[in-house]
Amino acid sequence: MDDKHRQLDWMVAQAQAGRMTRREFVGRTTALGVSAGLASALFGKAARAEEPKKGGVIRLGMQGGESTNSLDPALAASEVPYQVNMTWGEMLCDVKPDGTIDPRIAEEISSSPDAKEWKFKIQKGVEYHNGATVTAEDVVATLKRHTDEKSQSGALGIVQGIADMKAEGDMVTLTLTAANADLPFLMADYHLMIQPGGGVDNPAAGIGAGPYAVVVNEPGVRHTFKKHANYFDSTIGHADEVEILVINDNTARTAALQSGQVHMINRVDPKIVELLKGVPGVQIKAVAGRGHYVFIMHCDKAPFDNNDLRMALKYAINRQEMVDKILGGLGSRGNDFPINAAYPLFEDKFEQREYDAAKAAEYYKKSGHDGSPIVLRTAPGAFPGAVDAANLFAASANAAGIPLQVQLEPDDGYWSNVWNVQPFCASYWGGRPVQDQMYSTAYLSTAEWNDTKFRNARFDELLLAARGELDEAKRKGMYTEMAQILRDEGGLILPMFNDFVSGVSDKIGGWEDDPNGELMNGRAQVRCWLNA
Amino acid sequence: MHPILKLVVQRIALGLLLLLAVSAVIFLGVEALPGDTAQAILGQQATPEALANLREKMGLNQPPLTRYFQWLGGILTGDLGKALTNGADIATSIGQRLGNTLFLAGCAAVIAVPLAIILGLVAARYAGKWPDKVISGITLTTISLPEFVAAYFVIYIFTQAIPIFQPVAMVFPGMSFWAKLQAVALPVIVLVLVVLAHMMRMTRAAILNVMQSAYIETAELKGLSPMTVIWKHAFPNAIAPVVSVVMLNLAYLVVGVVVVEVVFGYNALGQYLVDHVTKRDLPVVQAVGLIFAAVYIFLNMAADIIGILANPRLRHPK
Repeated sequence: MDDKHRQLDWMVAQAQAGRMTRREFVGRTTALGVSAGLASALFGKAARAEEPKKGGVIRLGMQGGESTNSLDPALAASEVPYQVNMTWGEMLCDVKPDGTIDPRIAEEISSSPDAKEWKFKIQKGVEYHNGATVTAEDVVATLKRHTDEKSQSGALGIVQGIADMKAEGDMVTLTLTAANADLPFLMADYHLMIQPGGGVDNPAAGIGAGPYAVVVNEPGVRHTFKKHANYFDSTIGHADEVEILVINDNTARTAALQSGQVHMINRVDPKIVELLKGVPGVQIKAVAGRGHYVFIMHCDKAPFDNNDLRMALKYAINRQEMVDKILGGLGSRGNDFPINAAYPLFEDKFEQREYDAAKAAEYYKKSGHDGSPIVLRTAPGAFPGAVDAANLFAASANAAGIPLQVQLEPDDGYWSNVWNVQPFCASYWGGRPVQDQMYSTAYLSTAEWNDTKFRNARFDELLLAARGELDEAKRKGMYTEMAQILRDEGGLILPMFNDFVSGVSDKIGGWEDDPNGELMNGRAQVRCWLNA
Repeated sequence: MHPILKLVVQRIALGLLLLLAVSAVIFLGVEALPGDTAQAILGQQATPEALANLREKMGLNQPPLTRYFQWLGGILTGDLGKALTNGADIATSIGQRLGNTLFLAGCAAVIAVPLAIILGLVAARYAGKWPDKVISGITLTTISLPEFVAAYFVIYIFTQAIPIFQPVAMVFPGMSFWAKLQAVALPVIVLVLVVLAHMMRMTRAAILNVMQSAYIETAELKGLSPMTVIWKHAFPNAIAPVVSVVMLNLAYLVVGVVVVEVVFGYNALGQYLVDHVTKRDLPVVQAVGLIFAAVYIFLNMAADIIGILANPRLRHPK
């Protein structure tokens, strides 16, 4: 009851801040048991009837593209390839802004009662840009390609859990090594674009079944697309053409939006948001998501193998100050576990951890630390504002008598030499669509990216049990217990969840806040239209 | 053999030798970077198996000496190989971007070089008077601004205050020449501002130096106008130092403008090089490094040769 109220309050606050669309709000409040009518009234804003307009060229200016990028969806790792893949590619299914599954190439998804065998019915007549038809065999070949380590796929960890894949007629059957109630969310991973023949012959051909076909592919410069005439879903893909320009420089990107050279930009610098709000023709969209900035301690290395010391550091960080100064207020405070209300099955029963110098000092004393400097490594690229954030942390910790010391590292090699190697450093996570995926990626004892070296038998046991638990209430309870364990025993200091901050021209219609990812989870150019 | 021809041939041979030495240095320098290509590509996703697979696939397991000679042989046969990161053909990628680099450098040079020399002549003519002070003051101010600051000023002035140009200066094949000129207008303005002062000051100093000579006094006593004296008598003897500074600036326009490229999103070699350096894409880094070195060596060689040719003592040996 209480947590329902809290969630409702959170959603109302999000709606008031303009961070939630009506559809999302109604969808999620009704999921809590609120009647649709009441939900609508709560939202308190008449929906503006907007008809999509067809035609024109939508132009995006984006940070996060390099001349080393490839059209091979297995290799996508930064923002521009993500957006590019979402333009030409199509997955089995996608995740809607409200966190439910949106069937795409699979028109029906069903599982056996033990969540071990999953069936995906492939929609008939979905066409690739080259005129061929999407078959169940293509789907299996695509998934197989990603299971091959030589493909270097970012989705390897996801497809590894599949023991057997079968294509029969229009049905794809996946048998898992262990039960997983969240499999459809895993299939919505952005690497798993269905390609003709699985993309085995030419993975970087850029031919898919998505709403736009690739015209020009100049990595690190621009990507242009034209409408796929036979695209199966007429409700999206309104513009005739899409152009994605790579503009890595913040000032140039902002100027391009202001001057009308592009219609949407990602990664608006929080420092200039207030200034941009006064600019005519430009809107700032700050969307609450699952991404978060973290300081991570290795639970198996001294001095961080001492939970009292970890607790001391958790109380020694001023979260509100971080949200205000590092995020410019565009975000929310974290509570030392990586889940927030943007996740399904989230239960907010935890008291917000605050900066408490006295408690921090008490824990620090109890830890018996010898007083030698505790080194926190950071780099400008660890997350935007990571150096400032580390210095703020050191200042508040020093005030509590903890000898925290910041060590600046170069961006170059940070992810190979510092992150997941050094015992205490700054980092970030983009979040995942579901709790299981987030916990499995970074907090399971055996996870490759267990970057806090957190090993807790009870936590692992709950995580694996929750995967096969189809009773939502029970599953929610399990996740809550896991959050509790991580919050009080883990090596994760999570001061803040960051919003995705984008700039959008007034000429764009159909914008919808999507907590799954930046720029409407990579689909803004597909779902929006141009108001001439 | 004519002594001048001999000198020129010597210079060229020296240049080629230097280029070979530079190629070895580039290779060693890239080798010395921490981490390797496989680690850089995989980043957060670098598991030991993935690393081993990737290293094998890319031939990173071979000894450095073997890789150096394979690479050198490839260059001589015009085969630069494929980028390790995305498999794109390096020669093709470089071809287009080198064209863009030369286009931008060319546009900037066509404006900056004559302008700098004329301003230098004028400043020398009115040395110490107000035109000299105004010219020196303005050009020294613009050279003192970091390029990206100058770029932001220019972006503000020409896209926000007086919106006549676009802030993003990408050029593509298929654009008309006029459209390309319009696209690169802002970076060209910035580059001109940056290189003007150096060449202008050198022209002025070289001319003033020559102006002390006795033959200039003779020319003045003949009653020639000051501008004629400078243009006809002083300038030809000041050419050598001016040319060497001009060449240095041209080289800078080709190899040193990555900041300007980034700010304006201009798709040329500098940005291409930086992207591949961060991903440890050795073949690309080496190829672009070698091209930059070749440009530098060639332009300096040209300056030397022009200097030799401009020197009457070398042109007419006894």
